[in-house]
Amino acid sequence: MSRAVSKRSSASASQASQKKSRPSRAKSSPKLDVAQLLHFYREMLLIRRFEERAGQMYGMGLIGGFCHLYIGQEAVVVGMQSALDERDSVITGYRDHGHMLACGMESRGVMAELTGRRGGYSRGKGGSMHMFSREKRFFGGHGIVGGQVSLGGGLAFAAKYRDDGGVALAYFGDGASNQGQVAETMNMAALWQLPLIFVIENNKYGMGTSVNRSSAGEGLYKRGEAYGIPGERVDGMNVLTVAEKAKEVVSHVRKNGPYVLEMETYRYRGHSMSDPAKYRSRDEVSKMREERDPIETLRELIVKQKAASAEDLKAIDADVRAIVADAAEFAQESPEPDPSELYTDILIEA
Amino acid sequence: MPTEILMPALSPTMTEGKLSKWLVKEGDDVRAGDLIAEIETDKATMEVEAVDEGKVGKIVIAEGTDAVSVNSVIAVLVGDGETVSEEAQARQQGEPEKAVKPISPPANPTASLSTSTSEQMDAEEAQAYASTNTLTVREALRDAMAEEMRADGNVFLMGEEVAEYQGAYKVSQGLLDEFGARRVIDTPITEHGFTGIGVGAAMDGLKPIVEFMTFNFAMQAIDQIINSAAKTLYMSGGQMGCPIVFRGPNGAASRVAAQHSQCYASWYAHCPGLIVIAPYSAGDAKGLLKSAIRNPNPVIFLENEILYGQSFEVPTSEDFTVPIGRAKVLRPGKDVTITAFSLMCRDALAAADALAAEGIDAEVIDLRTIRPLDTETIVESVKKTNRLVSVEEGWPYAGIGAEIAATMMDKAFDWLDAPVQRVSGKDVPMPYAANLEKLALPQVQDIVSAAKAVCYR
Repeated sequence: MSRAVSKRSSASASQASQKKSRPSRAKSSPKLDVAQLLHFYREMLLIRRFEERAGQMYGMGLIGGFCHLYIGQEAVVVGMQSALDERDSVITGYRDHGHMLACGMESRGVMAELTGRRGGYSRGKGGSMHMFSREKRFFGGHGIVGGQVSLGGGLAFAAKYRDDGGVALAYFGDGASNQGQVAETMNMAALWQLPLIFVIENNKYGMGTSVNRSSAGEGLYKRGEAYGIPGERVDGMNVLTVAEKAKEVVSHVRKNGPYVLEMETYRYRGHSMSDPAKYRSRDEVSKMREERDPIETLRELIVKQKAASAEDLKAIDADVRAIVADAAEFAQESPEPDPSELYTDILIEA
Repeated sequence: MPTEILMPALSPTMTEGKLSKWLVKEGDDVRAGDLIAEIETDKATMEVEAVDEGKVGKIVIAEGTDAVSVNSVIAVLVGDGETVSEEAQARQQGEPEKAVKPISPPANPTASLSTSTSEQMDAEEAQAYASTNTLTVREALRDAMAEEMRADGNVFLMGEEVAEYQGAYKVSQGLLDEFGARRVIDTPITEHGFTGIGVGAAMDGLKPIVEFMTFNFAMQAIDQIINSAAKTLYMSGGQMGCPIVFRGPNGAASRVAAQHSQCYASWYAHCPGLIVIAPYSAGDAKGLLKSAIRNPNPVIFLENEILYGQSFEVPTSEDFTVPIGRAKVLRPGKDVTITAFSLMCRDALAAADALAAEGIDAEVIDLRTIRPLDTETIVESVKKTNRLVSVEEGWPYAGIGAEIAATMMDKAFDWLDAPVQRVSGKDVPMPYAANLEKLALPQVQDIVSAAKAVCYR
């Protein structure tokens, strides 16, 4: 994958169907909204600290099964979500904790689901990979690679059917982009002009197989080309770039049908907690962490622009730590589901 | 305060592991994210990162130690000027196993689907037949969809050739004209994808009817049907229902060979979270399809190509529906019970006529709903006849007949005077040759023979 850096500002969505192999970068606008910068910082930090704590609790045996951490990819979901409103719907795969937090779901409910407790979003019956919030229009949380993409097509279909102006975001990884139903959904989304954004979180590895070894062709953002769906590659390690692109693409998609965004990102941790990650070097990971960390990048910008003081940032850090500590405590104190829950929620009584 | 570093669980199944190597020594400063040790699990050697910061005050478990239990203290981090207390060493954690009380499933899963009593339901149904029209199954299905689409703007139909072609089997004839392309949607030949789209739309509150040209092609989509439609309500703790109907012809038609001739009743009936319906008559096809569309759960609605053109009396009232989960006695009898569904009801009735000629009075039950199965009606019949033959077109292994036989052992063992007999399709892929196909499918004579066998005649 080439990762050349363009110094030009990103193209508008209307030009986006042209071939572009370079990631778009944010304009270096002198006037950045301070409140938004701090919001992004806080949201990303919350996901980072939450995931670190989840990893720690997994190690303590408090969380079971599979646990896929989002550490490193925070800028993608925080940037994308900033462009959505209450009409819009979101769906993703199993690396979903960050998406839930970014959708405004409570840390307590998410962490308690990870521990399999009554206070979890699915009352302990879904676990790490299966949480939902109708209120926040977050539709899961799906464990079959690529399955969420056609379901996301259904969310976009529903928005179009109701003509409510809503947009659906289907997040999936580089690995999922090779599933047949992703291509099937692109075809139908283009045929029916569904308001659907295919957000490919290219974190370079589908489990242990690098994208170069799994995906033919140059650029996953071109996967919609055959169907006439415009696509772009975006620097997914920079929340401002993502947010700017999201704003542009979401308003395009509301009126003009589907779009593909390939987010160049990176996961610092293994595929799941039990992944020894021998398929990449320690240096590769540290280099990413040191040079392109989305949170560090934003923190430096905030300091450089004097958007906030070191004290302000410390206060955010402390606040986030307190939220995560509270969620962790809640998740351990919340009781296990009542045994009678075994036989509930199988069918809705008609 | 000193922080204990515990032996981490690094896979879903790990209970202990080998601490193969320490990457830090006592006195070292560590930050969150620093590598501190290598641990060998049952699957792989993993590097362990520190989650807190501090100075390594004490290494409790020496490197090279085997079988270190998860959650035992392996090292202690201290802050500035702190020391390690003695009791922090080698303390084992872990909860004692609690005795788990077994939980029983709800006594009657059918009962939870309706509040009316069985007798009331049967009486209402019989009353509806006071005024009828003669319709084919095809027309009855179309009318059911049209009526429900008129009543509820969230109901729509999608599938291959359902709109402009008027249905591959003409079941959706006229619907495009009445409801337009927004609600009667031709899909590309892409079952996995359009099923996912249907399921996603249902999760967001629409009520799709997804037509499969035949259920054979739904195998492309079975992941979305089971993993998404059937399981999401449970996985979401009751938040996210999926009101959707998957319908289309199921089973063998005539001379279309192995890939187009399979019965999926037992496949779908296996799965909690699905309702499975397989009607025989046009009245049941209409009444049950209307119930299925109104039902808030995912419903598999298995039709039959050979039945599409058959005519039956259908109640004229648009309010007529048939309750899900209720079987129907097609012919009362006292000597032997024959259960069947879909096309096999025709053969079971023919067998009953043949048996009558030989002095055996057979009771024929149309199961109508496969899941939840109306166990009560079968048991009541067996209490009377003491003999049971189950008929299905699908394969015998783990089939509906196997389920019924097991259920009768459980619920009606003392009433049976003979082992339950199964009549089913043969345990082979469907052959093309006319004579072989006939041999592979259950025949009226097979049912007659089975009934006589359980009557010891």
